[in-house]
Amino acid sequence: MSRQYETVIGLEVHVELATKTKIFCGCSTEFGGEPNTHTCPVCTGMPGSLPVLNRQVVEYALAVGLAANCQINQYCKFDRKNYFYPDNPQNYQISQLYLPICHDGWVEIDTASGKKKIGIHEIHMEEDAGKLIHDEWEDCSLVDYNRSGVPLIEIVSEPDMRNADEVMAYLEKLRLMIQYLGASDCKLQEGSMRADVNLSVREAGTSRLGTRTEMKNLNSFKAIARAIEGERARQIELLEDGKKVIQETRRWDDNKESSYAMRSKEDAQDYRYFPDPDLLPVVISDQWIQEIKSRQPEMQPEKMARYQKEFQIPEYDAGILTSTIHMARLFEKTTALCGKPKEVSNWLMVETMRLLKEHEQTPEDLSFSPENLARLIALVDEGAINRTVAKTVFEQIFAQDVDPEKYVEEKGLGMVSDQGALRKAVEDVIAANPQSVEDYRKGKEKAMGYLVGQTMRAMKGKADPGMVNKIVKELLTK
Amino acid sequence: MSISEMTALELGRRIRSGDVTVLEAVQEALDQIKKKEPDIHAYVTVDEEGALKRAAKVQAMIERGDLKGPLAGVPAAVKDNLCTKDLLTTCGSNILYNFVPTYTAEAVQNLEKAGAVILGKTNMDEFAMGSTTETSAFGVTKNPWNTDHVPGGSSGGSCAAVAAGECFYALGSDTGGSIRQPSSFCGVTGIKPTYGTVSRYGLIAYGSSLDQVGPVAKDVSDCAAVLETIASYDKKDSTSIPRKDLDFTGALVDDVKGMKIGIPRDYFGEGLDGQVREAVMRAAGILKDRGAVVEEFDLSLVEYAIPAYYVIASAEASSNLSRFDGVKYGLRAKEYEGLHQMYKKSRSEGFGPEVKRRIMLGSFVLSSGYYDAYYLKALRTKALIKQAFDKAFADYDVILGPAAPTTAPKLGESLKDPLKMYLGDIYTVSVNLAGLPAMTVPCGQDQAGLPIGLQLIGDCFQEKKIIRAAYTFEQTFTRREER
Ligand SMILES: [Zn+2]
Repeated sequence: MSRQYETVIGLEVHVELATKTKIFCGCSTEFGGEPNTHTCPVCTGMPGSLPVLNRQVVEYALAVGLAANCQINQYCKFDRKNYFYPDNPQNYQISQLYLPICHDGWVEIDTASGKKKIGIHEIHMEEDAGKLIHDEWEDCSLVDYNRSGVPLIEIVSEPDMRNADEVMAYLEKLRLMIQYLGASDCKLQEGSMRADVNLSVREAGTSRLGTRTEMKNLNSFKAIARAIEGERARQIELLEDGKKVIQETRRWDDNKESSYAMRSKEDAQDYRYFPDPDLLPVVISDQWIQEIKSRQPEMQPEKMARYQKEFQIPEYDAGILTSTIHMARLFEKTTALCGKPKEVSNWLMVETMRLLKEHEQTPEDLSFSPENLARLIALVDEGAINRTVAKTVFEQIFAQDVDPEKYVEEKGLGMVSDQGALRKAVEDVIAANPQSVEDYRKGKEKAMGYLVGQTMRAMKGKADPGMVNKIVKELLTK
Repeated sequence: MSISEMTALELGRRIRSGDVTVLEAVQEALDQIKKKEPDIHAYVTVDEEGALKRAAKVQAMIERGDLKGPLAGVPAAVKDNLCTKDLLTTCGSNILYNFVPTYTAEAVQNLEKAGAVILGKTNMDEFAMGSTTETSAFGVTKNPWNTDHVPGGSSGGSCAAVAAGECFYALGSDTGGSIRQPSSFCGVTGIKPTYGTVSRYGLIAYGSSLDQVGPVAKDVSDCAAVLETIASYDKKDSTSIPRKDLDFTGALVDDVKGMKIGIPRDYFGEGLDGQVREAVMRAAGILKDRGAVVEEFDLSLVEYAIPAYYVIASAEASSNLSRFDGVKYGLRAKEYEGLHQMYKKSRSEGFGPEVKRRIMLGSFVLSSGYYDAYYLKALRTKALIKQAFDKAFADYDVILGPAAPTTAPKLGESLKDPLKMYLGDIYTVSVNLAGLPAMTVPCGQDQAGLPIGLQLIGDCFQEKKIIRAAYTFEQTFTRREER
């Protein structure tokens, strides 16, 4: 390859909002449930039914738009996107085309070469579709409308990204921002955050955009990264062979690590968008915007800076602690209870992360209470249990949110501080290991460690290692 | 006076006083239906069993004192595009030939709360698209005044049922004149309220931004009473408007002294039948005699109303009707291969030619490349028409004119020339485009004995003014006729 190419990437990110009810009816948005149980005449497209906008959807969209430095269309409208498909009960999707709620914003990401602004073209509100289930056995398709009408926002970026790293950073930025706002849990795997990648390549140094393709069905950050690499390579190969890139929608198959064309621009549908006459324009007052602004929570960059300054947490650790709102909340609440930020950070950074990895879980899955972690830290601090025991207890807190005080008492894990009992245990160990005693006396310092270990074992770990050390040394040098 | 000759309010009074039982009233209506349906065919579905059961229930509630309203126990009919739980609702279309809704439309529910007994569902042009009730998939409704003529449409079934005494009042819907024009042809009274006054929840949509549910009745008083009953603010309809002035029967005042009535010259030009013109001008004279200030004026833009209406209504219809696809309810073609063919065959078999024509027209005007030239231009025209009315209502309380250019045409005449049929909507469609209230009151007959209707148009939320004018006219006209 003689020529140098630049990749140009824009993203369309769909985010499922965390409202309790659907966007145009009162049905629950909860996951699961028997097929078609979270439905009503509105979200199943019954004749005569009418949509009524859920205000919370507008509030979430505004919150995200304001956090992404967007302009707000204070007079915005819903439009109908007309297309036939059975997962869409009305055969039109209520979305926004002409006057989306937010436009012309930006978010800042960290790249290898410093900070970079990624433009937000627009953010619009729309409804999700139902799910088609193909029954191979009966050779028929079934529709479940439980997801029909679940609120989404679509965040359309400008074509400002140049490589997979920037795309990852941008997605991570959106995920953090939206999670912090409480507008969505943004789980790619579960589909509450979905990204379509628009990608084109051009010769480095040129300014005209190449023909782009749109890649769909990207279910994880890794799939997105692989799809970007794959599509970049495919387009460059076409150009190198003197062929043209066709504007089309492609579907990524992450198992095969390749994509195939779904439809080209020529057979793209005409969606015949027009303003939905069943819904009134949404008028957003200055006051409403002010209210949302005043309610915006502390966002991740500010939180991270505050942890470093207020709690003297190192930058790297502060980054991890604030990488999900769940972890940050746990950190703050536990710290408020026990007043030991460094201890809390340590438990979260080391043991919690280890256990999450072991259980293949994410911080969103954490279910233990800050109270129990705070109590555990206090127990260690008071010397009631040693660190080894504390780790065992923490595993129980992590798994079942046990009360550490009760657990320690029930299992008899409290530290033995009875001097007499300890001395007796050490004497027994020394008596049982004459060879080690001999070695120590010949100058093998290591032998003492062995004897301490044997004593700890005999005490089932419930002894203060410092005290055991002292007694062993005392008896050996006698 | 036989029961079937009574107005709804008169019957309501007799039921409350115990002169007539609900069962007797329902039985009388069912007898009329049996007698007249073979000739008129006003109903798609008659729910005899349901009506009789309901009659006993309502009678008991009236006796217990749980129902005290003026319409309690009065049998009524409902246009077949209003959803009724557990009762077939076809919209006059083959595609909904078997559709039984899971819920009841808000307007019908309001009637039921007031103690109405629903006799059945009335025939209509398919999806309310038509001006004759001939496009129904379930047969043609005939004009009770002369069965060689159409009843008008699309609420032709409701208007014919009222005119033939097959019910005491009915609900219709009006998107471009569908209550007012058939009321005119059938010699009954009908109101299209201000957009947003009656909930559209459960009304199977044709042109959502134009559709309104309204009453069809024997006289102005009944009409006002029914409108008062069905009008309500409904959170389930985003376009519903909260109003505090829904006591329409309070406007039944026999006096128009000082009321300013404007007659648009543009409504009396070419195409208006001479006998209709004469009857309408005579009506204006009566109101003038009663003390109204009657003036002629130029409304303007009248000729643009029809094209704007057909573009907007068809555009909305093309999208509204896409949910009828054979997937969830209604007709599904028996044989098909694959999804695309199922859609195509089901919709081809399910929709009639007029509906297909409007779906195609609507799809066309929304297509990329044509949207601005047609749909947006129509919306701009709509805004200008509203402005023209605003200007007129700065000077006048009520606008008076004909409801239709002619009396009821003969069966089969109109569908031969759809464009000419569309032009028949010239006096009614602009009211929908501007969201105004308007009503039709009978004002005479032509030489063939077919009824002529007078249309009274009010400014938004001014139903009371048109009801007052209509009531005064009706009372004076009746007194003169009786003399
Ligand atoms: Zn629902």
